[in-house]
Amino acid sequence: MSTLDINNIGEFLAHAHALEAEAASQYADLAEQMEVHNNTEVAELFHKLAEIEGKHIGKIDDKAGDTPIPHIPPWEYKWEGGQSPEAVVDMDAHYMMTPHHALRMSLKAEERAADFFQRIADNTTDEEVRSLSAEMAEEERDHIKWLNEWLKKYPEPENGWDEDMDPPMLQE
Amino acid sequence: MNQPTDNTTSISLVLAGSGGSGVITAGNMLLAAAAKAGWYGLMTRSAGPQIRGGEAAALLRLSSEPVSAQPDRYDLIIALDWLNFERFADEIPLDKDTVIIGDASAAKKTPAFVTEGPARRGDIDFKSMSKAIPGGRPNMIALGTIGALIGLPEDALDAALSDALAKRGEDAIAASRAGAEAGRAIAAEMPATPKLPTPEGEKAGRWLISGNEAAGLGAIRGGVRFVAAYPITPATEILEWMSPALTKVGGVLVQAEDELASINMAIGGSYGGVPALTATSGPGLALMTEAIGLAVASEVPVVIVDVMRGGPSTGIPTKSEQSDLNMALYALPGDAPHIVVAPNSIRDCVFTTQWSVHLAEAMQTPAIVLSDQALGQAKSVIAAPADIAFFAQRETATTPAEGEEYQRYAVTASGVSPMAVPGTPGCAYTADGLEHNPRGTPSGGAKDHHIQLDKRQRKTDDFDYGQHWADQAGEGDTVVLTWGSCTGPVLEALDNLAGTEQSARMVSMRLLMPAPKEQLANALEGAKRVIVVEQTHSGQFMGYLRANIDLPKNVEHHCTPGPLPIRPGDIETLIKEGTPS
Amino acid sequence: MTAETALAPKHSPRDYKSDIKPVWCPGCGDYSVLGSITKAFSELNLDPENVAVISGIGCSSRIPAYTDCYGFHGVHGRSLPLAAGLKVARPDMTVLVASGDGDGFSIGGNHFMHACRRNVDLTYVVMDNRVYGMTKGQASPTTEPDWDNALTPGGSGISPFRPLVIALAAGANFIARGFSGDQNGTAKLLKEAIEHPGFSFVQILSPCVTFRPDQKTWKDDVHDAAVDPTDEIGRAARRLMTDDGFNTGVLYKGEREAFQPPIGEATATVADLEGKFAL
Repeated sequence: MSTLDINNIGEFLAHAHALEAEAASQYADLAEQMEVHNNTEVAELFHKLAEIEGKHIGKIDDKAGDTPIPHIPPWEYKWEGGQSPEAVVDMDAHYMMTPHHALRMSLKAEERAADFFQRIADNTTDEEVRSLSAEMAEEERDHIKWLNEWLKKYPEPENGWDEDMDPPMLQE
Repeated sequence: MNQPTDNTTSISLVLAGSGGSGVITAGNMLLAAAAKAGWYGLMTRSAGPQIRGGEAAALLRLSSEPVSAQPDRYDLIIALDWLNFERFADEIPLDKDTVIIGDASAAKKTPAFVTEGPARRGDIDFKSMSKAIPGGRPNMIALGTIGALIGLPEDALDAALSDALAKRGEDAIAASRAGAEAGRAIAAEMPATPKLPTPEGEKAGRWLISGNEAAGLGAIRGGVRFVAAYPITPATEILEWMSPALTKVGGVLVQAEDELASINMAIGGSYGGVPALTATSGPGLALMTEAIGLAVASEVPVVIVDVMRGGPSTGIPTKSEQSDLNMALYALPGDAPHIVVAPNSIRDCVFTTQWSVHLAEAMQTPAIVLSDQALGQAKSVIAAPADIAFFAQRETATTPAEGEEYQRYAVTASGVSPMAVPGTPGCAYTADGLEHNPRGTPSGGAKDHHIQLDKRQRKTDDFDYGQHWADQAGEGDTVVLTWGSCTGPVLEALDNLAGTEQSARMVSMRLLMPAPKEQLANALEGAKRVIVVEQTHSGQFMGYLRANIDLPKNVEHHCTPGPLPIRPGDIETLIKEGTPS
Repeated sequence: MTAETALAPKHSPRDYKSDIKPVWCPGCGDYSVLGSITKAFSELNLDPENVAVISGIGCSSRIPAYTDCYGFHGVHGRSLPLAAGLKVARPDMTVLVASGDGDGFSIGGNHFMHACRRNVDLTYVVMDNRVYGMTKGQASPTTEPDWDNALTPGGSGISPFRPLVIALAAGANFIARGFSGDQNGTAKLLKEAIEHPGFSFVQILSPCVTFRPDQKTWKDDVHDAAVDPTDEIGRAARRLMTDDGFNTGVLYKGEREAFQPPIGEATATVADLEGKFAL
């Protein structure tokens, strides 16, 4: 894994903000997708996750205070592999997915986020960045614990959870 | 022996030749000269299938009155040679008064339909005569002979020669003049044809134009500034005229890779806010029908000019027929209200195409203009078309007030909804071929479908087409009901019968779809006889009329396919003698 | 870094999204492509009303309605001429064309070649999943010949089409390949494609989780192009002919002038045109 090198509070805040904003937006999209596909239970879950991420954005903005957050084009963030670490992998979504799958997706994302912040904290030369990043990493780890708790309520479904007796619909 | 015959108003002649003999060029010069002399005229052409060097004939009818139809017979035929002349036999009715001039000593002898016919003959050895003149050409000799025979003033022919050959230089002009002079000199030895009197007075306000050029001009007058098209006979001249013309008036023509592309490009340009057109013939229209349906559903105005030719399939590309009518009316998928209009003369190609732009834009729907080869590729001296105020007037949308939402397909009383021009803030919408709700969001629901079907139908049904739905002429309780290029011969027949017991009137429908049911019923009121005239094999127009109005039981039907034109005499006989059973 | 001084775009990616909810299957790559498109628009600082998204028929062709830009969802295979007409008539608009491998390469194959050739300033985004989704999973021109399906049991037996090679041969001015799993990288490709004059072709590998669940492995198959974009057509040809189909990035950048005849500049009146017919 390459070293993450963020030594400027503005740049750090931009990353933190984008990470949470992407996650919030993605959960909102997934919630919408589940609604369209009549999977209300998972839709609600994604809405909740979107809401939580939305609160995180607020927190980061509070921390930023008067510090201006610079604009960084999406492809110039220092994400490993180009995508925000907290983004879930779209391809893992399924219209019949259960809360178990949704929470698993989210858990992986939170783990990547925690790791991202920890690595910044470990590598940065900027004290302010280090302290804020360590704090964020801790927060993400809290989410992980909390998601694990939540996951206990939803054990892995048996094989065949994605079986659909009906054929796909012809559209155009 | 060259004596003027009786006081005639029209003279018809054929100039034929092969192998690059220049008969079409000479025909054009003759038409231009006739126009200079103050005559009206119509020139059509007929040719073999060869790209170059084939047998060709210029068919001209010159008159002191506007010419609306091909003649019933020819007064004069001049053949520079007789190679493959039989090809034209069907198209050139002869009688005992016809004068035929050709080279009796030529290797290829005069064909039987000429020698065995009743016509009077003259003999000119065009080849030898032209060889005697430096730079001389047989076609110029023929031109001189024709001019002298029909009474064309020398100065008019001279001026037309100079205009046409200006680019070739003085030597070419001099050689042609010498040829024409020789032709004039020998005319005195030929059997006499009628002479047209040279008109007195005002000759201004006339145009020399083809139907295809006229359609192109009408489109530009109507506001078309974007054209995308694929070449096809007999529509190509519309495009070739429009390409440079559009550039001059700030428009553009794009040559597309096929007709599928050209109609879609036109729809794209119109969606962008620029009134758009494409022109084609039957096979191209067949390819376009899916996208024309898209324009109906997405409510994008667009004009499609179909210059009809003989069908089905590749058919007879250089000959006229009205047999795309059914396709123009019915080929679109679904219930698809659109406009179908037809010009009824070369001059009317200007008006009807201009009107079609106005209709398409006002109703935001496609308009198909059914011209045909007989109008499109014929060149005519016409009275300058009136300046009509019809211009593209699309109802556009403006940025909605705060809190209000733009709805592209809003349900309105007229059915027409303001159409946002891309770039207008607050009005972004997606035009869609899928059924949609008033916002434009795709919807397969019954309610949305019914509402939008009604809305689109209302646009064309409730529109006020005014008096332009048809041209009417003549008097009497016999009505000849026709459309398109059949109108010319009908009008001439009516003229010939005016004031006689057989006097009749004509209704020529310019608006075909939506069917002007009420107007037509009113126009036919009191008719004792109704005669339907069309140029198809299967009676497409009659079928359409029967589907839309109550025709009298004993309606008569003159229905002949191309490639031969319907002639005034056919209609006159029909009115006089009834339809042969 | 210069990021501190960079101004935030006028509109966020979300501002380019409409409130219409996509009908795509969850897990479909096209969701991510929509994200790449809106990110590119945002970074280019385009006003939504000055952008048009044009499409034909198919899953990917549903994109226009999901944007808050002007759009046209046309008929199957004809998005390119529809878009070319709009762009030539309205050069001030930014026009992006969205298509799929069936719409773009099969029924629309002829327009694809001629659009490359004509070089109108369009950006052509083809979401390639090697299958017809809207009609329930038939082979498309890019499908592997042995892919079994109901319409061609045992596979079509026909070699797949190489769209990038054809684009190059036909004269496209910009050729790139992206992957839907790399939303940000694809957004960058699209930004470059839109900025590049003339016809820009971007193939985006966008897996179909419903009919081609096997394509989930694409995330491991794709790799960045080993070398920088070339403007040398011979090198580009060799690269495109020999690549494995998973090479992503800008692969060719040409310098042909875009096709844009002048429009709106009149030098004569209609009366002048009529004068030519007057005797």
